[in-house]
Amino acid sequence: MNWPALWLSVKLGVIVSAILLVVGLPIAYWFAFSRWRWKFLLEAVVALPLVLPPTVLGFYFLVASGPRTPLGRAYLAVFDRTLPFSFEGLVCASVFYSLPFAVQPFAAAFAGVDRGLLQASATLGASPLRTFFRIVLPLSLAGVVTGTVLSFAHTLGEFGVVLMVGGNLSGVTRTASIDIYDQVQAFNYAAANQTALVLLIFSFAVLSLVYAINRRAGLWQAK
Amino acid sequence: MRTLAIVILAFLARPAAAAEITVAAASDLTFALTEIASQFEKETGNSVRLTFGSSGNLAAQIQNGAPFDVFFSADIDYPRRLEARRLVDSQSLFLYATGKIVLWAARGSPINVQRGMDALLDPAVRKIAIANPAHAPYGHAAAAALRHFKIYERVQKKLVFGENISQAALFVESGNADIGIIALSIALAPTMKDMGSFWEVPQSAYPPLQQAAVIVSNSRQKKLAEAFLAYVRMPQGLATLERYGFSRPGEKP
Repeated sequence: MNWPALWLSVKLGVIVSAILLVVGLPIAYWFAFSRWRWKFLLEAVVALPLVLPPTVLGFYFLVASGPRTPLGRAYLAVFDRTLPFSFEGLVCASVFYSLPFAVQPFAAAFAGVDRGLLQASATLGASPLRTFFRIVLPLSLAGVVTGTVLSFAHTLGEFGVVLMVGGNLSGVTRTASIDIYDQVQAFNYAAANQTALVLLIFSFAVLSLVYAINRRAGLWQAK
Repeated sequence: MRTLAIVILAFLARPAAAAEITVAAASDLTFALTEIASQFEKETGNSVRLTFGSSGNLAAQIQNGAPFDVFFSADIDYPRRLEARRLVDSQSLFLYATGKIVLWAARGSPINVQRGMDALLDPAVRKIAIANPAHAPYGHAAAAALRHFKIYERVQKKLVFGENISQAALFVESGNADIGIIALSIALAPTMKDMGSFWEVPQSAYPPLQQAAVIVSNSRQKKLAEAFLAYVRMPQGLATLERYGFSRPGEKP
């Protein structure tokens, strides 16, 4: 059983979903309420990881972060190392890779909020920010929870990007999915099975929790 | 209309004459075997589908019933393991080449690989790319060489593992790693040759990378698989392998 790899996956998932909560809410808000005519282009960009193979993202990430690009050189100058093969690198790549899994449920929930309530709130003199935190967010809670948990689960199950940019460093970038892959290749099927089983049970538990929360939220709203 | 009929007939007639085999090969063969396979296709009219990966991964896939006809490993251990499980035809197993490892650094890098293994201790080296020693034979050889020169402990923290030897090469070619220990066959590949410089690691520093090929028991194209293996052993095939830095099997370096 490789506990450090499992712990690393969970840590990565928690950090990435926390970042996506902070970054994803404003993006989703803008997607739900903006009327800019070119908005669809940015929506397509955010949705790209849904269709692009992880290898594409991983490959571009590897090339872009190398010392041959200005971005890579700047990072190297400040931190004295390149972004791949580090935990920060995995976090960066995963934030991009899981972005639609957070933003899309957020935006769908925001779009479903009754506009009349927003107008009433504005008429009563509430600022847009106050309206967001007092009206939009509470009414969208189920969508926000779903988006956060989905981005967590998606990061937990991430494989291709980590394989491309991680460098397989024990305790730094060797996540549970990579560890399982390594064990399978080394013919250690028993070890692979143990880690895989823990991951399976954990993922099932997390997803059950989300659906249970969503069900209760639905019941509340029905009342 | 008649032309169309002829085209359709020609198309229908083709598969009867031309068969196809799927070959799983270690990624150090990416360039050499692609060349040999395309010559084989030209001369025989049959087609060869190539799949490259780490030997360990390909062996695991064969173990789980992957539809490969031939397996070119970067070592002899994986074919032997499959042989023990009766997944490959024992009598077809043969050594096709001996591989070599080199130190490689990109052009314009401050690291001079001609200094030999000392180059790995250069303070400018932040990351060293090798293939994963756990399941890639070239990674195993790289780790053995580091131990042979008694610098494994000193560089251990700087090692990053490619999933196979091609990925290790990508890590160092893209500049994300400063130096790498890769296959000579990849350093000599057309796309890599002008991108950097290499230094051959003495072959006494690591166990010989004896590379074996074998026919998968489940193959439905054994005749063609045998023909392809025979083609690789012909002078032209061996010459291509040599051009990519492989020495002949069993030959003293």
